[in-house]
Amino acid sequence: MRAGLFLIICLLVAAVVFAAAFALGNDYYFFAGYVVLQYVVLATAWNILGGYCGYVNFGSAAFFALGAYSAVAVHRFHPLPIPLLVLVGGVVSGLVGFGMGYLTLRLRGAFFAIATLALAVVLQTLVVNWGYVGGSRGAYIIRPEAIAPFGSYIRYLFLIMLLLAVGAIFVARMIERSRLGYGFATIRDDELAAEACGVPTLKLKLIATTISGGLMGMAGAPLPYYIGFLQPSSAFGLDYAVNSIAMPLIGGTTSWVGPLIGAVLLGSLQQIATVTISSAVNLLIVGFVLVGFVIVAPNGIIGLVHKYLQHQPDDLVGRRHVSVDSPGSTT
Amino acid sequence: MSAMLHVDGLGKRFGGFVALEGISLSVAAGERLGLIGPNGSGKSTLVNCICGTLRNEAGTVRFDGEPLDGDTAHERTRRGLARTFQLPRPFVSLSLADNLRIPLMYAVAARGGAHLSTSEIAERCVHLLREVGLERKAKRLPRELTQVEMRKLELARAMAAAPKLLIADESMAGLTHSEVEEILTLLNRLNEQGVTVILIEHIMRAVMSFSQRLVVLVSGRKIADGDPKEVMRDPEVERAYLGQ
Amino acid sequence: MIFSFDLLINAVISGILIGAFYAAVTAGVSLSFGILDIVNIAHPAFIILGSYIAYIINAQLGLDPILASIIVTPAFYALGAGIYQIYYASFERRGQESLRGLAFFFGLLFITEVSLVLYFGVDYRYVEAAYIGPTWHFGAIDIPLRILVPCVVSLLLIGALQLFLARTFVGRAIMAVAQDQLALKLMAVDPIRIKRIAFGISIATASIAGAFLIVIQPVEPSVGREYIGRVFAICVLGGMGSLPGTLVAAMLIGIVESVTSTFYGPSWAPAVSFGFLLLTLAVRPAGLLGR
Repeated sequence: MRAGLFLIICLLVAAVVFAAAFALGNDYYFFAGYVVLQYVVLATAWNILGGYCGYVNFGSAAFFALGAYSAVAVHRFHPLPIPLLVLVGGVVSGLVGFGMGYLTLRLRGAFFAIATLALAVVLQTLVVNWGYVGGSRGAYIIRPEAIAPFGSYIRYLFLIMLLLAVGAIFVARMIERSRLGYGFATIRDDELAAEACGVPTLKLKLIATTISGGLMGMAGAPLPYYIGFLQPSSAFGLDYAVNSIAMPLIGGTTSWVGPLIGAVLLGSLQQIATVTISSAVNLLIVGFVLVGFVIVAPNGIIGLVHKYLQHQPDDLVGRRHVSVDSPGSTT
Repeated sequence: MSAMLHVDGLGKRFGGFVALEGISLSVAAGERLGLIGPNGSGKSTLVNCICGTLRNEAGTVRFDGEPLDGDTAHERTRRGLARTFQLPRPFVSLSLADNLRIPLMYAVAARGGAHLSTSEIAERCVHLLREVGLERKAKRLPRELTQVEMRKLELARAMAAAPKLLIADESMAGLTHSEVEEILTLLNRLNEQGVTVILIEHIMRAVMSFSQRLVVLVSGRKIADGDPKEVMRDPEVERAYLGQ
Repeated sequence: MIFSFDLLINAVISGILIGAFYAAVTAGVSLSFGILDIVNIAHPAFIILGSYIAYIINAQLGLDPILASIIVTPAFYALGAGIYQIYYASFERRGQESLRGLAFFFGLLFITEVSLVLYFGVDYRYVEAAYIGPTWHFGAIDIPLRILVPCVVSLLLIGALQLFLARTFVGRAIMAVAQDQLALKLMAVDPIRIKRIAFGISIATASIAGAFLIVIQPVEPSVGREYIGRVFAICVLGGMGSLPGTLVAAMLIGIVESVTSTFYGPSWAPAVSFGFLLLTLAVRPAGLLGR
């Protein structure tokens, strides 16, 4: 399927989703849906570095929060329309992603993961001590009541996140099927051999961290408007970090489909749990589901589907089934 | 013949352990060089230093007239230096065809602005797989290959990088007599096409039949360099192999 | 900020004392990450678990928290052995330990922390003991006993561990398993059993470290998160698996944190230890081949 056609289909699906939310009438669905879509972006973004390249980023929350805080900073200076803020968030987090990559990508797998965690805490400390954006006291952003022609403001935010989700998925799919995607796969499989084959691993890894970070920042930019009151402890919360790792792992890390499935399933599950039980149980569920899947179904839901359809053994990590120009390639 | 590869005074230590010291050797373009030595003599370390996987502390490496010092491994591959690994390292999540696609996309395509179209790349993949007899398994994954097929894939992948010089690091270890012959045939054919080959092996009859010149490494030092038959008659070489 | 020599001395001494405690907290990770190469990012959660168990025993039975934690160590050992068994069967054997192993422990971290929140709530808990409260004064120097006692017992714990690793057969086997599993097998020692023992000990130390923690400060479930980076920072700085190195690194971080906190405020302290970690990682040659 060509890229253009895929994009059109995505946009059509998005239109259907938006219309469905409208039809349900209750603004709650927009609020809940926003969170799920936000996770679609986060999970897809994480997977570009984690699933495609095999580099685990524990600091997703930092990029996400930086997007939110750069929106606040710009807003304090001079209010801008949200789409522009999204761009700002993307650029800021993208640059930080590049910087982080430059500092840490020469490290072996586990060290890289720990370094990302360290960086997240350092960034959080810097923000906590930065009075201009409210520091630890937090920052208030007044959400406008309504905006034409959507009605309530949340519907506008929902639409923005919907478009971001489409964008993230499109980017992920483009990468997957390009030379870049092949390069990423070699980095994941065997970095040493990749170098020996002429793959500029450092450059590719930097591209991955920049894109990944940038997308996370874009997901974070509308957050201040969504919640109205931004605090470092919530913006930098470990919950964002664990979800952006759990969702791709549960859905499957080998393609763009996995994070989408994981985010929709797990995100919806959490929204339901928050409302029906409590938000703490919410995280408990994530923990159990993550551990369960990682032990029983290492290739996630995609892996399970493959196993069921093709009766193949499930123990292959990162199994790719798409060749760029083989006849009859699907998806 | 000008030197395709020129190593001068190369040295490498790991902490207090001296892996290589004062290694100097030249390989002429189109030559077939054999490199032998007991286990632990530093052969693989030497390969790693030449190819950029490891950084040498002393000495220089010149390839095709240009110094390589400071170049990363992938830059060296792009210049035309390819190697296989002692233990094959295929990309496990990619099909055989895709494994070969990687060096074509990244090493060859990046060379001197050359741009290969996707159909050209696909053609070359098929061609290379045919050369090593693996074209029927093009869509399979490396885990489904036998030992000798893995080594052939490893060689094919190195060949896909269209190298000027190929270092074959123990490509025949653990293979049967006829399998060794298959690999040798491949290497000879490659050499006939103009590729300089350095063969690192323990299987002596393969080394003797293939090499035009033989270099012996013992405990990180070069102790012999010359005609294969003469080198094998060298008492020091005898001592290194029999005395171990 | 008024610079006073007294403040500085107190900060440094406080840092050294806390540093010993940090070393006890890190000892388990030195075993699991430094020696066994298992990234047990959930270790701080087990420490908090240890704190809560010490709290319960102290509240119900009036027993000294540190003593209580020592009594409970066999249970923690069993827990650690069990977790390693699952980890080994699911990940190590399949060769997938990097991403999925990390995710596994991340999940455990969450499950433990949230379970504690659900059971105990988010209120701070503290223990009662004779040495919590009094402070010894030596001229300008103040040494709170509630920090001194854990410090001393920490040093004893680390000393005992070091002796165990260096002098006993099992201990040396643990050191060896990191380097050469084949050699171990040739000596008819099962490397998996050794690793299981090592990991069990690692979690057992968390029990005791948890008691130290709740003696030093009141505890609530999310306190563990501060320690994730700190613990790995110290482990890496200390040379990965060397207990003496861990001790020195822990005191170094303790001092730097303490001085920063005293003169610049506690909100900057996390950045210090994590900044240290980043610096260490940047400088340490832990690249692709560990040249």
